[in-house]
Amino acid sequence: MRKEKVIAGVLAALALTAISALAVIASFIFKEGLPIIAKVGLAEFIFSGNWHPLDGEFGILPMIVGSLAVTAGAMVIGVVFGLGCAVLLTQFCPPRIVSVIKPSIELLAGIPSVVYGFMGVAILVPLIREHLGGPGLSVLASSVVLGVMVLPTVTSISVDALQAVPRAYFEGSVALGATVWQTTHMVTLRAARSGIVAAVILGMGRAVGETMAVIMVAGNTLDLPHSILDPVRTLTSNIALEMGYAAGDHRKALFATAVVLLAIIMVLNSIALAVSRRLPAGRQAGRAAKAAAR
Amino acid sequence: MEYKLRTENLGLHYGDFCALKDVNISIRPQAITAIIGPSGCGKSTLLRCFNRMNELIAGVRTSGRILLDGRAVHDGAAGLTQLRKRVGMVFQRPNPFPLSVFDNVAYGPRVHGMHKGADLEAAVEKALRATALWDALKDKLRAPALGLPAEQQQRLCISRLAAVEPEVLLMDEPCSALDPIATEHIEELMRELARRYTIVIVTHNMQQAARVSSETGFMLLGELVEFGLTTAIFKNPSDKRTEDYVTGRYG
Ligand SMILES: Nc1ncnc2c1ncn2[C@@H]1O[C@H](COP(=O)(O)OP(=O)(O)O)[C@@H](O)[C@H]1O
Ligand SMILES: [Mg+2]
Repeated sequence: MRKEKVIAGVLAALALTAISALAVIASFIFKEGLPIIAKVGLAEFIFSGNWHPLDGEFGILPMIVGSLAVTAGAMVIGVVFGLGCAVLLTQFCPPRIVSVIKPSIELLAGIPSVVYGFMGVAILVPLIREHLGGPGLSVLASSVVLGVMVLPTVTSISVDALQAVPRAYFEGSVALGATVWQTTHMVTLRAARSGIVAAVILGMGRAVGETMAVIMVAGNTLDLPHSILDPVRTLTSNIALEMGYAAGDHRKALFATAVVLLAIIMVLNSIALAVSRRLPAGRQAGRAAKAAAR
Repeated sequence: MEYKLRTENLGLHYGDFCALKDVNISIRPQAITAIIGPSGCGKSTLLRCFNRMNELIAGVRTSGRILLDGRAVHDGAAGLTQLRKRVGMVFQRPNPFPLSVFDNVAYGPRVHGMHKGADLEAAVEKALRATALWDALKDKLRAPALGLPAEQQQRLCISRLAAVEPEVLLMDEPCSALDPIATEHIEELMRELARRYTIVIVTHNMQQAARVSSETGFMLLGELVEFGLTTAIFKNPSDKRTEDYVTGRYG
């Protein structure tokens, strides 16, 4: 009994340490960043396009747009290919093949981001420059690189979610004369919805937060992008590029950039969660739950 | 006498394991035929031959023939969905999809190409009426099917089948997950449905077979030991093994 208590105590202490580390980091960022936002004004900080830190002008709109654009592009690519791959593997491939391919895909997650960035610069950027125009370093290049980077996460978690769908649904559907594809999109994908949303959220987190690969292929200009072929700077890139030499208000403004980044990540996660509660089946379930609550 | 379903020397192997041996069974239309036998004797396997569900399992080999309305059920992909539309299956555990009541019942019609809202609504109402669920559920069509009690879930699965207007209903121990009262209700429903459908029910509950079926087959170790009128099988079995089973000497 004593032993149990000791173990529980140790685990609690470890958990607390982890949580408080997070709290310390967050409060440090807020402590450093909030005063400058207050000084510049929140609206000015978020909606102004002028980032001239040495002249005391701190507007991060282009970076916010950049991060959102690049993340959205990455998610389109990551979800289309990742989910497609997961559906193919779980619904149309024999289990033996899945047990080989899935770990190989997961291995891709272990490749350092600088390698992805390097591949982007060496292959993708010249391709875009020659065939689509613009400088090559662009929203498009960043989206593709990030999309490839989130593929392993999206694929592997979606595979788990799809594999967890009870076999009884599949049998029930096929026994009604449905084809495998009809079964997949009418039942299986809906049943796996919450797991797939989790996959998207994790992928999105990785895409918003990724820095090195994006710095290498995004171009990092301070202008608002007007097309997907324009170069762009993301919030993370901004922090990484300037933190080395920033001082005073400039340094504080970079912390404030991190505050905005945190806020964006939280908003994106909440949206994804809310959407997952709304979708089909859930739509009715949600309504029924609401009615019951009343 | 016309038979709805017949097998001719039907055999089935799971890999090296022989699960069905030379099964010859003839199933009358618009009647309930029960298949009884101890657990593992191949009842489900036989049932799953009729709508070719065993083909989903790797390493399954079949031999012999299955005739539906006197016509051989083909081997290839051709006609598979058509066959399953004509020969529907109710499973042991109620398995409604994680969708609304309406979407569950409308599933089959949609799969087979019905998309107009009014048509679907009519089909759903008809199917729910066929299982006497309409009055209970007509105001809950948008509610999630998984929230229904077990008996209603099983009825819903039968409605889901009825909506594609099959000719044969295969039922694999449809009451084993239900309480006695729900079981009684489902048996009543089966008798009702037998006026229109050919029903084959697998059960290891002998009383159930005796109550609902007009003909009964007894299986043991992959063989159909005896097949005949239910009264004969239970009162006057001709095979010693059948007698031992129905008198409860093993099972
Ligand atoms: N997918 C399978 N692979 C291998 N053997 C199986 C499979 N399904 C069933 N069997 C075997 O076939 C025999 C008959 O099974 P089943 O038809 O489910 O019996 P019942 O429904 O009468 O209990 C059992 O011995 C079982 O172990
Ligand atoms: Mg069985």
